[in-house]
Amino acid sequence: MVRVVFLSENDGAIIQTSGLTKKYGDFAAVDGVDLSIKPGEIFGLLGPNGAGKTTLISMLCTTVMPSSGSASINSFDVVARPGDVRRNIGIVFQEQSLDDRLTGRENLELHATLYGLDAATASQRIASVLDLVELKDKADALVRTYSGGMRRRLEIGRGLVHYPKVLFLDEPTIGLDPQTREHIWAYVKDLAKREQITILMTTHYMEEAEMLCTRIAIIDHGKIIALGTPDELKSMLGGETVVLKLRDADTPAVREKVQATFPDAKLFDGSMVLSVKAAEKEISGVLEQARSAGIDVLETSMHRPTLNDVFLKLTGREIRDEKAGTADAMRAFGRMHRH
Amino acid sequence: MTMKNEVMGVYAVWLREFKRFYRDRGNLLGSVARPLMWFLIIGGGLGAAGQQATGGFSYFTFIAPGIIGMTVLFTSLFQGVSVIWDREFGFLKEMLVAPISRVSIVIGKALGGATSSLLQSLLIIGVAYAVGVTMPIAGALAMLPLIVVISVGFTALGLTIASFMDTMEGFNVIMNFIVMPMFLLSGALFPIAATGGLMATAVYLDPMTYGVEALRYAAIGVSSVSPVVSLAVVFAFTAAMSVVATVAFSRRK
Repeated sequence: MVRVVFLSENDGAIIQTSGLTKKYGDFAAVDGVDLSIKPGEIFGLLGPNGAGKTTLISMLCTTVMPSSGSASINSFDVVARPGDVRRNIGIVFQEQSLDDRLTGRENLELHATLYGLDAATASQRIASVLDLVELKDKADALVRTYSGGMRRRLEIGRGLVHYPKVLFLDEPTIGLDPQTREHIWAYVKDLAKREQITILMTTHYMEEAEMLCTRIAIIDHGKIIALGTPDELKSMLGGETVVLKLRDADTPAVREKVQATFPDAKLFDGSMVLSVKAAEKEISGVLEQARSAGIDVLETSMHRPTLNDVFLKLTGREIRDEKAGTADAMRAFGRMHRH
Repeated sequence: MTMKNEVMGVYAVWLREFKRFYRDRGNLLGSVARPLMWFLIIGGGLGAAGQQATGGFSYFTFIAPGIIGMTVLFTSLFQGVSVIWDREFGFLKEMLVAPISRVSIVIGKALGGATSSLLQSLLIIGVAYAVGVTMPIAGALAMLPLIVVISVGFTALGLTIASFMDTMEGFNVIMNFIVMPMFLLSGALFPIAATGGLMATAVYLDPMTYGVEALRYAAIGVSSVSPVVSLAVVFAFTAAMSVVATVAFSRRK
């Protein structure tokens, strides 16, 4: 019985892991991860630095061997069939991995050859990829002359040259300025839609996960501690709230009116707190009801829980501690000054 | 993984090495300027200090195969060790996650090292003739296949070293304690028959000695070590290093 359910859940998953674990000595970098990701999803792994995101991706990319458990991509096992897995995936690493002594086009050509594409197919796909990432004009310039954002785009493009079924993006916008970041987000969204590929991305930027991902797994200390759509995760905190500060909120008359009009509302410290689905949409209706019931509203405010709140609640800490911020800044600095 | 993909993978890795090599103008210029300096300064200086037991050849002619050997040693080892740079600057990952075996990466790198060595050697042969080295054309040509074999061996040695080194910090150590002694002990600049004692032991333990001896025999027909022994050691070294490099490079974490 259990087996049947298990199989039917498996059905159609393009990325599947079961009890996937990686241990370094006694330390479990990834600890018993079960994932089932469907084609076309933009799936986010959200967690602080050191949570195990990169190790998890590395196992899926066949560069790190699992200690136990199993994982498959497009039904190819990562341990038994690494070659087939590799042909089915594209990877954009957290750290830059271009050859900056070659031109953008040469980097793509090299990639096409490494993935066994014949010359005609390669040149046609390279042309369309350059188009997609808007690097046509700079294609024949050496990569060392590229900006950070251009390099990132080239890397994303390179990951697509061999038509992968799954694209891994490991912190795709780390160290980039906000404008470039939004640019990359737009690409990724467009890409998933147009090319029909599945994207598995890691990030520790909340806005990034919220903007892009159809589903998110929050990972901490190597374990998945929550999984769902951004809305589902946020609704764990009780959804959105409308808060109305009332005149004479403590008087029995007002209390009675509130109770009659909004049976679910809570009165707290002179304010009425009401849980709603979409605060922005519903607030005018709530105000209307209050007015017709003769409730005098002094101030209004709304609160929408963020993924940050979810993370805070689940782990008891902020996703980006001071240390992580410094490490990122240093990494970005190193990238800029390396050459 | 099909054979065709592996061959394409080797080609891709080789092509990248080749492009990086010929695009590096400073390095190309250096590959002519450096041997020229060796010829003029060392050759001129030591040659003037007295004719040694160089088999009746001028000192210039005697050291020409040695200087070619030096170039092959330096170029190949650095090309192998360049994997550390690839790792540092990230490109190594691109190769490691490609659907080709590690063996193909090693072969591509080794062929890349051999190509660079061969092209530089051709330039140096030109320089050698220009400074008055008397070496038969047939001798110069006979060195070419040897250069390829020696180069593959030392590129593999470089790859092996790089597989065990995580940062570039150990690079000077390699330079000072491996490359320079290998070169200086190899008899590139002096007849090894003239050495004795501990020095002789070190000379005969240096694999590069046999490379230089083989090159010199090919070029001008003289050597202290029998050409059969030199050739055997050169081939054995290259075969052994290729296996070691492949194993070292293929370790999967």
